[in-house]
Amino acid sequence: MPENTRSSNSPPGSTPPNDVIRQWKKPPAIERPWLRYGLLILTLVYLFFSLGSYDVNWSRVAEGMERGWAFVKAFANPDFTSRRTDFIEGMTESIIMCIASTVVGILISIPIALGAASNLAPMPVYLFCRAIIALSRALHEIIVAILMVAIFGFGPLAGFITLSFATIGFLSKLLAEDIEAMDKTQAEAIKSTGASWLQWVNYAIQPQVMPRLIGLSIYRLDINFRESAVLGLVGAGGIGATLNTAFDRYEFDTAAAIIITIIAIVMVLEYSSSIIRRWVQ
Amino acid sequence: MLTITGLSKRYKTGDEALTDVSLSVPDGQVLGLIGPSGAGKSTLIRCVNRLVEPTNGSIDLNGVELQRMGSSKLRKARRRIGMIFQEYALVERLSVMENVLSGRLGYVGFWASWFRKYPQKDIQEAFRLLDRVGLAHMVNKRADELSGGQRQRVGIARALIQDPELLLVDEPTASLDPKTSRQIMRLICELCEERKLSAIINIHDVALAKLFVQRIVGLQAGQIVFDGEPESLDASVLTQIYGEEDWEATSQNDKANDAHVVDDSDKSEQDGA
Repeated sequence: MPENTRSSNSPPGSTPPNDVIRQWKKPPAIERPWLRYGLLILTLVYLFFSLGSYDVNWSRVAEGMERGWAFVKAFANPDFTSRRTDFIEGMTESIIMCIASTVVGILISIPIALGAASNLAPMPVYLFCRAIIALSRALHEIIVAILMVAIFGFGPLAGFITLSFATIGFLSKLLAEDIEAMDKTQAEAIKSTGASWLQWVNYAIQPQVMPRLIGLSIYRLDINFRESAVLGLVGAGGIGATLNTAFDRYEFDTAAAIIITIIAIVMVLEYSSSIIRRWVQ
Repeated sequence: MLTITGLSKRYKTGDEALTDVSLSVPDGQVLGLIGPSGAGKSTLIRCVNRLVEPTNGSIDLNGVELQRMGSSKLRKARRRIGMIFQEYALVERLSVMENVLSGRLGYVGFWASWFRKYPQKDIQEAFRLLDRVGLAHMVNKRADELSGGQRQRVGIARALIQDPELLLVDEPTASLDPKTSRQIMRLICELCEERKLSAIINIHDVALAKLFVQRIVGLQAGQIVFDGEPESLDASVLTQIYGEEDWEATSQNDKANDAHVVDDSDKSEQDGA
């Protein structure tokens, strides 16, 4: 329409004169006022009754405060020495367990992530890989660990398998999401050179997701270490077993030593991960 | 010789991107494909190397029917079709050399490409091409450290190392400044001339197209509405392709600019833009 393009400088409707003051307010997320305020009131009422449903035994709390304080006090003088052998053994077991399970978990995660990326995999493969991820994520580490202890017996093997399994769900899901968000034109360009599928993955996809993969791997190493401390509670090996024994014997100073060491190791991992990530970007 | 016959493409959404397009490009011809956004230019060139699957029609490159191939034959055929992209489409985190060598992926095995152990003659050719596009000093720079013009030069080298019979070029200058645009267009056309390559260049900048290509095809709503020499592209044809606009005013301004820019750009051809 020729008239349209030519006259595009003058506005289509009538403009009010400049001296009229026009108000503007950000429109609310929920437009209907009764729904907006209704939801707010409902939330408050729910919160009131749900908090009221817990009955607190205040005399028990007062008693418990004392025990809690003893625990906290133990942090002031942690005891690294009296259970030294157990302590070192447990820590080594935990570290070996978390590194091994992270490495194995990553190696299995990568092919599953490729299969779980909707822009790469055909529908049946996609559904299969997503099902593995869903299964791994649905089951908490503790539940898997109890099952693995039942199958493989007490010890770090059960913990290793548990953590590998948990790593798959975590890493595959997040890596698949990163693959789905990749830049399509880079992938198109490599495809147009006549590259095979594996070459295409190696040249077009791997460079795009590598920083994320490394970041997630270190993060998972960190999670696996923390989890390995808990898994000991159900008999799946690692420092958790030592920690459990310490609690059972009310040796809060030894427990404090273990917890402080766990915190220190997690902090070291956190710090080194930020350095490595900066380096791979 | 590329021959496209009765090519149609209908997307799953029901959009008819191309309707019965027939076109043949003789060896050594550089063809500019113009048309408004959404006319099907991108779809057309992507149908040629089947990054987009055509719905109907046949595509024949030097006697090889492209539209009926299985995936392994298609990979072999794609090796002989170089492609250059609007946003360069370099793999950002790979080095310049890796990007150029990726043009040889169709020729080398998986492990050779994984360990970056390319045949000596490929590496030789990569260096020669980087010299030719003026980037020999950038070999180990990462692609995302380069400027727009430099990236497009790497893109050109990647397409040429494929030893193609045909170049598909999708808006090569859309992300570049006017001077770099001209340098890139000149480089592409010179290289086509040197190697007797035929090329289809999608381009929005009509003035730039007229300056460099030998033949112009106008696409409008998935159909060819103009096919002829750049000289015969006048206001009435442009109106036919793009719709009504005051074409005289723009083309006059462009002529003034052309005279100025063309003069000094030869000297700075290799400056990396």
